[in-house]
Amino acid sequence: MKLNTNSNSYIIIYSAVLVVIVAFLLAFVYQALKPMQDANVALDVKKQILYSLNIRNLDGAEAEAKYAEVVKAEADMDGRKYYMCNIDGENVMVVALKGMGLWGGISGYIALHNRQQPTVYGVYFNHESETAGLGAEIKDSQAWQEKFIGKRVYDDNYDVALSVVKKVDDATTQVDCVTGATLTSNGVDAMLKDCLQDACSNAMELFSEQMKQCEQNSTENETKVEEE
Amino acid sequence: MALFSKQNKEVFCNPLNLDNPILIQVLGICSALAVTSQLKPAIVMGLAVTVITAFSNVIISLIRNTIPNRIRIVVQLVVVAALVTIVSQILKAFAYDVSVQLSVYVGLIITNCILMGRLEAFAMMNKPWPSFLDGVGNGLGYAMILVIVGAFREFFGRGSLLGFQIIPDACYDFGYVNNGMMTMPAMALILVGCVIWVHRAYFYKEK
Repeated sequence: MKLNTNSNSYIIIYSAVLVVIVAFLLAFVYQALKPMQDANVALDVKKQILYSLNIRNLDGAEAEAKYAEVVKAEADMDGRKYYMCNIDGENVMVVALKGMGLWGGISGYIALHNRQQPTVYGVYFNHESETAGLGAEIKDSQAWQEKFIGKRVYDDNYDVALSVVKKVDDATTQVDCVTGATLTSNGVDAMLKDCLQDACSNAMELFSEQMKQCEQNSTENETKVEEE
Repeated sequence: MALFSKQNKEVFCNPLNLDNPILIQVLGICSALAVTSQLKPAIVMGLAVTVITAFSNVIISLIRNTIPNRIRIVVQLVVVAALVTIVSQILKAFAYDVSVQLSVYVGLIITNCILMGRLEAFAMMNKPWPSFLDGVGNGLGYAMILVIVGAFREFFGRGSLLGFQIIPDACYDFGYVNNGMMTMPAMALILVGCVIWVHRAYFYKEK
């Protein structure tokens, strides 16, 4: 008997069976590959944090080792992640950033140092779907990210002074925005304001132990050096 | 039937040259423009499309007699979408950097005209083995153009190939500057146009 491939019941059964088979197949592949994908994502986060500390061009294993060497502690507060790092004996704090760009979410890491007057040590931005060549420059252009280095973060009233603007009036706190990507730059600006407002006080609270330890170590070293 | 009969050879070789999906059929241009700013993503994209066309061709060809005519496009889409999802998951697991670079374009292979075109035009009426050859041929024909364009753009746009610097520092000291235009998608369109021009002038003969 030849099957009538055009009957309604055949079509319905055929499509149902096909979809079930495909669904099982995809679920299996997803489950099987999940651990490796998660590892990749975790490594990518570590690399991004290292980028924000101006440590670039490391491949997988090197990045893993460097991260273990540099990052001393990490903690959560109000849904934001903070990382306590130590580079050449200096305390550097990395704050995870999250905000909105033009087409989708933007994120990033900003590294701050100098406790008395927090200053940008380095930044790294990432985006989901900004326009290539314009908004995507926040991620792709290392030169633009380097413009942030050395900028002061807070003004005298402890409000966030670090900003991305069209016309730079105050070179100690302001960064020129990306040409042709005003809305993405505004997003970066809002993200910095939003995420950095309480960052310093939160970090003091979270990492007071480690900071004391590190400072003790460094003062010990200094006294040793002086003695010598 | 011999595995490499004259007919099968033609099925495999035609899409590489005389019936190239990009040069002659002008299909799949969108992704060709988007992923060719560097050589590595171009190669990976070409391989991904080759694998997906080949296997979707085989699968559709195997079940071609059972597919109800009225929902054949739906069935083709389900098969292609499943394969594309699997490939993108594998890329995420084994080549994370590349999958980030390719971003949405792996998913968009689903809408690549080459796939649906080959399924409709070839796999629906041919046996699995010729269909497989046809899929590989078309995929490689597509990959070939991607690699040519990607190599040109990376060489002139960044002075490197596959991430290795080719143009020595000495040239930069003498004032050589990378051509930033090459990294823009518009240049890919112009380069594809040039490749089509050369192909028409030297290889293609009107029937």
